[in-house]
Amino acid sequence: MPHPISEQTIREVAKLARLNLTDDEAGLFASQLGDVLGAIDQIKQLELDDVKPMPHALDQTNVLRTDEEAAGMDVDAALSNSPDRDGTFFKVPKVLGDGGGA
Amino acid sequence: MDPTQTTLIDLRDAIAAGKLSATDATQTYLDRIAKFNPTLNAFREVIAEPALKKAKAVDTGEVTGKLAGVPIAIKDCMCHTEGTTACSSKMLEHYRSPFTATAIAKLEAEGAVILGKTNMDEFAMGSSTENSAFGVSKNPWDNDRVPGGSSGGSSAAMAADLAAATLGSDTGGSIRQPASITGIVGFKPTYGRISRWGLVAFASSLDQIGTFSHTVADTALLSQIMFGKDPRDSTSADIAVPDDLHDVDAPLQTDGPLRIGIAKQYLQEGANTPAVTAAFEQALEVYKSQGAEIVEVDLPHTEYGIPCYYIVATAECSSNLARYDGVHYGHRTQTPAPAGENPIMHLYCQSRAEGFGAEVKRRIVLGTYALSSGYDEKYYDLALRTRRLIARDFDQSFEKCDAILCPTTTGPAFKIGEKADDPLAMYMNDIYTVTANLAGIPGISLPGGFEEVDGKQLPVGIQLLGKAFDEQRLLRIARLYERETNHWQQRPGLH
Repeated sequence: MPHPISEQTIREVAKLARLNLTDDEAGLFASQLGDVLGAIDQIKQLELDDVKPMPHALDQTNVLRTDEEAAGMDVDAALSNSPDRDGTFFKVPKVLGDGGGA
Repeated sequence: MDPTQTTLIDLRDAIAAGKLSATDATQTYLDRIAKFNPTLNAFREVIAEPALKKAKAVDTGEVTGKLAGVPIAIKDCMCHTEGTTACSSKMLEHYRSPFTATAIAKLEAEGAVILGKTNMDEFAMGSSTENSAFGVSKNPWDNDRVPGGSSGGSSAAMAADLAAATLGSDTGGSIRQPASITGIVGFKPTYGRISRWGLVAFASSLDQIGTFSHTVADTALLSQIMFGKDPRDSTSADIAVPDDLHDVDAPLQTDGPLRIGIAKQYLQEGANTPAVTAAFEQALEVYKSQGAEIVEVDLPHTEYGIPCYYIVATAECSSNLARYDGVHYGHRTQTPAPAGENPIMHLYCQSRAEGFGAEVKRRIVLGTYALSSGYDEKYYDLALRTRRLIARDFDQSFEKCDAILCPTTTGPAFKIGEKADDPLAMYMNDIYTVTANLAGIPGISLPGGFEEVDGKQLPVGIQLLGKAFDEQRLLRIARLYERETNHWQQRPGLH
C-alpha cells in the first residue's frame, strides 16, 4: 500500500541530510519513497513489544585495547585528498559573517 | 598453459613449479582485460604498472607466499594505495587512499598481484551496477543483461576470466546475487570474519568482504588468508580460524548424517523460475544421494527481511555517508553560494548534490527520514526488533540442520534497464539474501545450472546458509555439491 509522503517532507529531510535536491528529484523521490515506505509498513503487523532491538549481529560491547603509543598517519598523507588546504589545515569558505551563522 | 583458463590454486601451483612466470601470468590477464573490458566494463581502473612490478618481484624470488604471482581484482570500495579508490562514484573519482585495506594487505603479503578495481553500484547501493557513475558492467553470458550488483564488476570479471579471483562486499546480497547470475562461486563469510578496515562503509552492521572464484577450494584458500581479528576493526571477531579451513575435501564432522535444511519460505508457488527450481531440486538430490537427511525448517520472518533491511541499511548509510562533506576529501562544488545562503551550508549541500548519484541520494533521504525525530520509533526501532526475529529463526533452524539449502535469486539475470526506474522492484532482488546479512550468518552461492532465455544460456545459482563462524562446515558442504556437478566448469563464449 503506498504511503503518501509530500515533496515538502522530502525537502525537509534532504536539508537535514545536507543535500540539495532539484525539483525533479524531490518530486520523483516523494513518489518512489512513498512506495518503498508502503512496503516497509509491513513490519508494523508484527508483535514486537517484547522483542529486544538488535542493532548489530555481533553481541559485543566495549572492545578495549591496551593504551600503547603507535604511529599514526602522516599529516601530509591525511591531507593529501583535501579539496583545499592551508598548511596543516583544511580550508573552507568563510563560515561566519555574510550569510549568517549555520 | 593458459593462466586464464584454470583455477586459482592450479595457477598458483604452476607459477610455484616454474611452469610459467608470474610476469607472463599477469601480462596474459592484462591482455585479456584489454581485449574484453571495453565490452564488459568490468574494471573501473586497471593498475598495470604496479601489477607487473609485483609480478616481477615474485619472479626474482623477492616476494613469496601462498598466492605468489596470482592476479586478483578488487572491488572499487576497497582502499588501496595504488591507483584510485572511487566506489564508482563521482564523489570519490580522484580519491587516492593513503592506506590499504587489511583484507587486501593480507592478500598482498601472500604475494597476490592486484590487477585493478572493479566497477560497482555507487557506494555498493544496487543490484545491477546500473548505479555506477562509470557505466553499467555487462553480463559475460549475455551483454544485454546485468552482471548483478553491487559487486557486478567483480562477478563479470570473474565469469569472463579477467582475474584468477575477485573480491566483493556483501551488505544485502551483493556478492551472492551477482555470483548466482554469472555462474560462479560467491561467498559472504560470517559478519566480523574479515576486517572491514579500509572497506568504504555503506551499512556498517551488515557490510562484509568476501570472494568470487570458480571453485570452493579457491574460495576457502582466500578465506583462510583474509579471516581473523584485526585490531583496527573493533567489530572483527576474535574467534579462532581453523588451520585447515582451506581443506574443503576433508571429511565433514557431524554427529550423525549430514542434515540439509529446506524452508518453504524460499519455495513459494510461482516465485522461482523453472531453472531455479530445477537447480534447487538437483542440489537436493545430490545431497540425498550422499546420505544427507533433508529436514524442514521454518523461517517465518523471511518476508519481513526486505522491509527490515531497507530501514537498517539506509539508516546506517545516511549516517556513514555524512562524512562526504566537500571539506576533507572527495568532490567539492565550484559553484559560489547564492546571495543570502550560508557559504559553508552551500558547500556541504551542493558538493553532495553534485557528487552523489540518484540511488545514493534516495537512500540518504530514506535513511534520514527513518532516523528523524518522531519517525525513528516507527521505523528504525521496529526494524531492529524485526531483525532479532529474523536472527532467531536462523538460530532455531540451525539446531535442526547443518546448512540451509535455497535459491540465491528467483531467476537469472535481468535486462539492463528493466528495473532501473523502479527502486522497489530492484530491492526485491535481495529477498533470498538479505536475511543472512541481518543475522550475520555466512552464505555461499554456487553455480546451479542454466536457463535458456532468448536463445542464450543464463546461469542460475543455489545458496547454502550456515551457522555463524562455522564456515569450515559450510564450505565442506558446498564442496560435496560441487564435486558431483559440472556447472562450475561452464564458461561464457567471449568474442
